[in-house]
Amino acid sequence: MTIININKKSFEKEIGKLDEVMLGKIAMFGTPVDSFDDDELVDNFAIEVFPNRPDLLSYQGFKRSFLAYLDKKGKTGLIDYSKSLKKPAKDYEVIVDKSLEGIRPYTACAIVKNLQLSDSRIKEIIDIQEKLHTTLGRKRKKAAIGIYPIEKISLPITFKALEGDKIKFVPLDSPGEKEMTGLSILQRHPTGRDYAHLLAGKEKFPIFVDAKENILSMPPIINSNSTGKVTNETRDVFIECSGFDFEILKKILNIVVTTLADFSDKVEIYQMNVHYGKKKEITPDLKPEKMKLNIENVNKLLGLNLNSKQLRGFLERMGYSYNEKKREVLIPAYRNDLLHEVDLIEDVAIAYGYDNFDPIIPAVSTIGSESKNEIIKRKISEIINGAGFIEISNYHLTTRDDQFKKMNVADKEIKDSVIEVNESKTEYNILRNDLSHFALKILSENVDASYPQKIYEMGRVFNLDKESNSINEKEKLCLAYSPANYTDVKRIIESLFRMMKVEIEIKEPESGEALPSHFIEGRIAKILIDNEVMGHIGEVHPKILKNWKLKMAVAMFEIDLEKVFEKI
Amino acid sequence: MDETEKIIEYLSLNEKKILPYVMLGYEKLIEESGLDEVSIMRALEYLANKNLIALNVEKKKIVELGINGVRYNKNGLPERKLLNYLNENKNKVPTLEESQKQSKLSDDEFKAALGVLKKRAMIELKKGKILLNANGNEVAKKMLEEIFLESLPLELESLAPEQKHSYETLKNRKEIVLIEEKRFISIELTEYGKKLSNVKFDEDKTEYIEALTPEIIKNDGWKGKKFRRYDVAASVPKIEIGKRHFVNQSIDYGRRVWTEMGFCEMEGKMVQGSFWNFDALFTAQDHPVREMQDTFFLNRTEELPPKKILDSVKKFHEKGDKSSKGWRYEWNEDESKKAVLRTHTTVLSALTLDKMSREKRNTDFSEKYFAIGKCFRNETVDWSHGFEFNQTEGIVVDKNVNFRHLLGYLNQFFKKMGYDKVRFRPAYFPYTEPSVEIDVYHPEKKVWLELGGAGIFRPEVTIPFFGEHIPILAWGPGFDRILMDYYEIKDLRQLYKNDIRQLREMRFWMK
Repeated sequence: MTIININKKSFEKEIGKLDEVMLGKIAMFGTPVDSFDDDELVDNFAIEVFPNRPDLLSYQGFKRSFLAYLDKKGKTGLIDYSKSLKKPAKDYEVIVDKSLEGIRPYTACAIVKNLQLSDSRIKEIIDIQEKLHTTLGRKRKKAAIGIYPIEKISLPITFKALEGDKIKFVPLDSPGEKEMTGLSILQRHPTGRDYAHLLAGKEKFPIFVDAKENILSMPPIINSNSTGKVTNETRDVFIECSGFDFEILKKILNIVVTTLADFSDKVEIYQMNVHYGKKKEITPDLKPEKMKLNIENVNKLLGLNLNSKQLRGFLERMGYSYNEKKREVLIPAYRNDLLHEVDLIEDVAIAYGYDNFDPIIPAVSTIGSESKNEIIKRKISEIINGAGFIEISNYHLTTRDDQFKKMNVADKEIKDSVIEVNESKTEYNILRNDLSHFALKILSENVDASYPQKIYEMGRVFNLDKESNSINEKEKLCLAYSPANYTDVKRIIESLFRMMKVEIEIKEPESGEALPSHFIEGRIAKILIDNEVMGHIGEVHPKILKNWKLKMAVAMFEIDLEKVFEKI
Repeated sequence: MDETEKIIEYLSLNEKKILPYVMLGYEKLIEESGLDEVSIMRALEYLANKNLIALNVEKKKIVELGINGVRYNKNGLPERKLLNYLNENKNKVPTLEESQKQSKLSDDEFKAALGVLKKRAMIELKKGKILLNANGNEVAKKMLEEIFLESLPLELESLAPEQKHSYETLKNRKEIVLIEEKRFISIELTEYGKKLSNVKFDEDKTEYIEALTPEIIKNDGWKGKKFRRYDVAASVPKIEIGKRHFVNQSIDYGRRVWTEMGFCEMEGKMVQGSFWNFDALFTAQDHPVREMQDTFFLNRTEELPPKKILDSVKKFHEKGDKSSKGWRYEWNEDESKKAVLRTHTTVLSALTLDKMSREKRNTDFSEKYFAIGKCFRNETVDWSHGFEFNQTEGIVVDKNVNFRHLLGYLNQFFKKMGYDKVRFRPAYFPYTEPSVEIDVYHPEKKVWLELGGAGIFRPEVTIPFFGEHIPILAWGPGFDRILMDYYEIKDLRQLYKNDIRQLREMRFWMK
């Protein structure tokens, strides 16, 4: 989700009064209002733009589509930018060198003339450029845009790759306007450092060079200070968009040039010849794309009964034109999000108004059912609640310190059982493999609450199955009681299983048997179901209690519920 | 019944016992009534509740003699003992060992005594010997600490400056002084109490029943007696109620609502392969949600699905089909194997569709499924963010459903969750089209709450499963916001804080 700021005065002058109704319409157009302040001193308000509509990332782009949506006269229907598009003039050529292969192989370019720029217009251009970089351009990885004043450069342009130390120019924002090499830009220039990872491992870096061998820029990093800076005096610009996917680059270029074209009637867009060896591509291509739209499909998916005239009306309010005979929609050059007929149908729904649909429930009946395991868990809860225990609920992620260190688990066992997440923004970075450490943690955090404390948790734990090398997810039940002794909790587990009419055995562990590390020897028992160990019960060892800063005795058990689910 | 008589019936035995003595003050009361302090205190509180007395309990900190303090007060402080010994052996200039032995001091005491006297320049240490600097007068004069100990106990708050100083120096030494908190209780009879205090309770021949014992029941022992009246409005200690965690109570309710509406519950793992969590849901491999900053990946891979579905999904990502353009990029199998902690319960819907496609021969479905479960995202934790959250998921698989039905089901669910006004706005998700954002109106706060997304699965999602597009209605709004609103919780961290006191007080989900 990207936020764009819109000047309230411009909006009111060019679109309409910003009242409750208008704010509602903005939201129902699919651009929710992020913040709006009535205060006259606040110049702007903000809207959110979804990632499928990068063409709305500038005020110009938003205004164009929103006026049509509001059904303003003369603003609906398709804007065909290809009609005024000019063919390449002399030297409007870009030669793409083979050396770019595997580095940044594609570019789509255009020339735009007769811009009347002001500070606010320049800011708008930089804004849309940056927003397209972060969204469609995936932080410049997929695509980066460069804009250059024509008066400072000589056509034609070459796009090629060169060794980092052979590239020398003064980049924008260079301290003391010093010349830097490609390598030193990546190492020392602030923007260079931010994006250096995009060229990491490359022997050569991409550059745009003009006819006089002046370097215009080193994409996707930075422009030259002398040839890559647009000012109030700039009238004509050269625009390039470089990256790895030619189709995406062409679409991004279309969004940029159509936005500039909307600045005024005088603006002219020129195509350029982009040469890939012997192959020539002419960009930008602003011809509207065609897509079939079947009215039956619209009515079926939306549950409406539109006739084709109504359908055309709704499509025109979303900036399309519709040929009723051919059942064909023409899509404006700035839209790149339409993959399938259903994308057009959604736009019809938006024009129809989501709030105008009449919600209904179909008269087909189905039988609902709850998961059996969830029902059993709820019953277990009821039984344990009857004994006065309160359920706690913890994260599925935990820390090494809590799960292992405080529980005195041996290092060897940790190595075998830890499941780590690749990166975490908090200290919780491994999956929990039991509930017991969380129960003690919660008791430890609540020493100032009155005793006795009676808690339990049911939830999922994660264990590595070494044989199949997969992660086992199991539902477990853990219950802790403080102050309490072995008898106190044995009474509870026995009552629980008696109430469920499931048989278990509680046995003394054999010598040498692997046991949880947190119980007192001689006061721990294994719990068996069908002769299989399903858990352990016992009194917690004082050294573990001390690790958790607990002053009262704790007796607890933890059992596997999967077997119980099978039995019931 | 006359008001006084009624009050008398309210009085417990103990209250009657102490009422005649309350005017004498608390200390006397203990002596005269012959009751223990706890019973007296309780009886006094009851009397105060009945407005018969005005009870004022004040807690004060009192400085008292500690174990050593008692001894020193009697036999003299270590510094006094040492000083006396030195004074008596003025001409000798004794060694340290000699002095300690003769003045009968422990190591600690001797050290403390030396320190004090040195600090006051009364002695000097030279080559293991002690020189006495103080003259006879100075030696004879009582030290401030000695005076202080003799005057104990004293109230800490009202110590005079020199007493305060003595206290500060003594409190760090072993068990000389200690602080005890004492209650000071003052009692006054109210006008009404004065009247009652004249009643001669001994002359009252009525027998009152306190506890109803098995004997009384068996022998009709209550006949001819009166039941002592209780202060039925008096506050009583709380009972700790065993209960489910409040989040699970609300989830159980959600579960019930979905089943009432004819939905079957889906279950599944929290660790999933990227294929099911993302690829099968037409989420391109370079989508930001698939970056480590946003999603928890595990250092391992999960198995890929059978080739048929894999190839079909791959095709839609790479080039689409005759109806769809697809995402158009080179799809990478390895990316698809990466294990993730599920980022949405929608992964369960994808797995359900897979299961249905393998079980059924035709596609004339009419099935509805739901899930409510934990999902994960790599987030920092603050009042409005967490790395775990609950989502409620639903799908309706039926060739004959449409957008209006989607809105119908959502309307119904949120109505049952307590929201009468629901609003639907356009939204965007990679796997639905049309997509919907659900807002519910909060009548008290007068705001729209954003609850999450819904839509109809794209053909690129459904065709790989069924070979044709079935417009599957799907939704996955967050659940935490709903329950936080119900329980009036403002901070998300409260959900998993497990503060036992808070859990004990937390009300039930009464739906």
